Amino acid sequence: MRIVVGDKSPIIDELQSIFPDAIVAVQPVRDNVPTVWVRQGSLKDVLGYLKSGISKPFRTLFDLTAIDERLRVSRNGQPESDFTVVYHLISYERNEDVRVKVALKGDAPSIPSIVKLWPCANWYEREVWDMFGVRFEGHPNLRRILLPQRWKGHPLRKEHPARATEMGPFELPDYRAEEEDSRLQFHPEEWGLPDYGPDTRYIFLNMGPQHPGTHGPFRIVLALDGEVIVDAIPDIGFHHRGAEKMAERQTWHTFIPYTDRIDYLGGVMNNLPYCMAVERLAGIEVPDKAKVIRVMMAEFFRIASHLVFYGTYAQDVGAMSPVFFMFNDRERVFSIVEAICGGRMHPSWFRIGGVAQDLPKGWEKLVGQFVKYFPARLDEFLKLVMHNRLLKARTKGIGVYTLDEAIEWGVTGPGLRACGLEWDFRKDRPYSGYDQFEFDVPTGQNGDAYDRGAVRAEELRQSLRIIEQCLKMMPDGPYMADHPLATPPPKHLTMHHIETLIHHFLNVTWGPVIPAGEATAIVEATKGNNAYYLISDGNTNSYRTRIRTPSFAHLQMIPLIIRGSAIADLVALLGSIDFVMADVDR
Amino acid sequence: MDLAIPVILVIVKVLLVIFVVLTFVAYTTLLERRVLGWFQVRLGPNRVGPWGLLQPLADGAKLLLKEEVTVTAANRWIYLVAPLIVVTCALTPFAVIPFAKDLYLDRIFDQAASKFVLNTGVISDLNVGILFVFAVSSLGTYGVLLGGWSSNNKYSLLGGVRAGAQMISYELALSLSVIGVLLLAGTLSLTQIVEAQDSVWKWYVFRQPLGFILFLIAGSAEIGRTPFDLVECENELVAGYQTEYSAMKFGLFYLGEYAHLLFLSALMTTLYFGGWQGPFFPPIVWFLIKTFFFAFVFIWIRATYPRLRYDRVMAFGWKVLLPVGLFNVMVTAFVYTLWLQYRG
Repeated sequence: MRIVVGDKSPIIDELQSIFPDAIVAVQPVRDNVPTVWVRQGSLKDVLGYLKSGISKPFRTLFDLTAIDERLRVSRNGQPESDFTVVYHLISYERNEDVRVKVALKGDAPSIPSIVKLWPCANWYEREVWDMFGVRFEGHPNLRRILLPQRWKGHPLRKEHPARATEMGPFELPDYRAEEEDSRLQFHPEEWGLPDYGPDTRYIFLNMGPQHPGTHGPFRIVLALDGEVIVDAIPDIGFHHRGAEKMAERQTWHTFIPYTDRIDYLGGVMNNLPYCMAVERLAGIEVPDKAKVIRVMMAEFFRIASHLVFYGTYAQDVGAMSPVFFMFNDRERVFSIVEAICGGRMHPSWFRIGGVAQDLPKGWEKLVGQFVKYFPARLDEFLKLVMHNRLLKARTKGIGVYTLDEAIEWGVTGPGLRACGLEWDFRKDRPYSGYDQFEFDVPTGQNGDAYDRGAVRAEELRQSLRIIEQCLKMMPDGPYMADHPLATPPPKHLTMHHIETLIHHFLNVTWGPVIPAGEATAIVEATKGNNAYYLISDGNTNSYRTRIRTPSFAHLQMIPLIIRGSAIADLVALLGSIDFVMADVDR
Repeated sequence: MDLAIPVILVIVKVLLVIFVVLTFVAYTTLLERRVLGWFQVRLGPNRVGPWGLLQPLADGAKLLLKEEVTVTAANRWIYLVAPLIVVTCALTPFAVIPFAKDLYLDRIFDQAASKFVLNTGVISDLNVGILFVFAVSSLGTYGVLLGGWSSNNKYSLLGGVRAGAQMISYELALSLSVIGVLLLAGTLSLTQIVEAQDSVWKWYVFRQPLGFILFLIAGSAEIGRTPFDLVECENELVAGYQTEYSAMKFGLFYLGEYAHLLFLSALMTTLYFGGWQGPFFPPIVWFLIKTFFFAFVFIWIRATYPRLRYDRVMAFGWKVLLPVGLFNVMVTAFVYTLWLQYRG
């Protein structure tokens, strides 16, 4: 990995030549992403140029977040800022990223909204408003998105308490309870629905947060004309646990178990981008064996997660049996995971610099059995689910979005590939040694619910292929990097080697001190692209941890897709998106 | 005395049939859960009694002892009556289903029995039996519709509306599919229809194959089973019209549904598979074997298929089943008339 210090990429040169006054600074970061600071006034011009003016444009707003910079010590020549808003763009044509930052001053900062430029900025800006209190001028509906509307303060600001014990005791007197109850009354206009008048013929149906069809606490308010959805307003935040705030209290090492629970079906797949980002900050090179082990475990979790998808997808259109078959096989995956990691759904098994342990004796036998067993099952599942005519009737041509819409709205993963774009981070930006493996990237053509299912069904087979190659090519060598910041250091050395003993002591009790800097790591996770954007201030814990999850972007798009369809189609669409609410709300 | 005995005997017979039917309904729920378990590589309920045989009792006790919750916004009386309508309309048609040839009463009461006209394997051999069946079981739709409407819940309402529309549409196809059998049998009495099928090759399933398939499809839509279980499909409508029902009121809906399932299986046996006719075993055994076979078929379908979308179900009912049903009636009438001409 190359560490970029003050390096200039062609994209920055181009921006500087076109907007000579707009670029305030170019920031060196640890992850190769060209990062420019832009004057607030020219933000829209720069982003607009990047989106449509430039050749091979950056059409995806991958992430939009903010940083409370007020307590940051090591700024390394970054412009003065109290709050920084960060835009992360991706161009699939260029296979390049660019990061645009805007410095904001004062306690009630504001910045022009870019919703008109990227409609998917809507939720991201609401989240930044919710978490940081940054006001987006011109935003159509700037309400809190994750926290209750009546929350006081903005939690990701540094002065906001991180633990309940730092706040006053919780009280809910009767009058407050009644007030809260009365606020549950549904008023269409509060939700950004048009005023249909008192004699409206529409039914407003509140689907969720407790509903069997919504896969967790997800609420979607529907305006119905008979059974036809006139409008849909998704509401999230019921699963919000403040993982990003927790990251600022935990050491770099002790945050790993929290990442497991972001996409709770993804297990160690969540550890991977986090550990990779920390390793980029620390400059740790992970040994080959650890890389292959990581790939193998990540692919096992892809299988486990896709099996849940497969079953619930069929269940959502009314087939009740497949989900049991899938869960049985997921159980087999978990028994292998358990034999290797000790844990099942949330093993928290990756470490900064490698993995927690070497593979146990006899792991080849377990994995080998599974590799032999599973393909026949996959054929059976295809017959049972994907080739079923009723399922085809329920999913073909349902929940369609075009490739352009998908790129525009930040859809990633199988949902993007179902539209026909062959883009997979494992292939296009190989990480953790994925370039050593042979596998195909399945794509669809129609971008409908059926293709999203079919793409995942094929991905199961490809994951199995990768696992088979891991089995055959597992290298020898250490499972942990030989680096002072690798946590914990190799245990067998601690009793013989004083340096290792000290590092072990420090890294485990205080946590490793990661050098100041910024780095993003993106992986092809189970449900799309999962990214960790880490900012270290040269401390034992993270200054800011931004978790970009795929499902957040996917859910935002639902109203666009579903208007004019029936309720049954909404359920098929939700099933085909494959989201978990923990991944949306974090 | 001469008057009292028949009355008592009739009441005893009716109660006996109701008791037996209810027991079978209860065990159909167990059958469904165990069979689904086998289909889905799991065990199903097997803890209460041997092979879970006491499970229906435990369920019944649980439902009876649960707290009755009535939604405050519900239209109370209609809300309470709706499950009763469903159960009544599901149980009443059993009155005309012939479950055996006779009851061997002559062995108990000597010759006196023949006087009472009780020695038949049916509560009432109505000469318009099949009309009675359709009339009563259609009324059951009211229970569902009213239950959904009176709960004052949008999911219930949508479920109720779906139920109303679906049942009315498929009632038509169901009736049409039966007309073929009625033409061939020349009677509306179910007992005579059974007696007309006195050997296997005379079973109407072989003479009315299309009619049978229509009946199977329309029937499973009529009782709201997969792939037509839109009325209560949980992924969309939570539990449809039953959403706001709890405890025994929910139990009654449940009972009504399974009674309806069992009744439809019994009707299919009667109309197309020779009812209680069969060699070696006593008639009642044949009747039960055939009936439970069809109950099994319905469960099997449920374990296999996804559900259709609501609008497609309606379109299928009106645009496919109805024309095919009419076609079947016309072809049957035509061929049968020709055959009569040729023969006579």
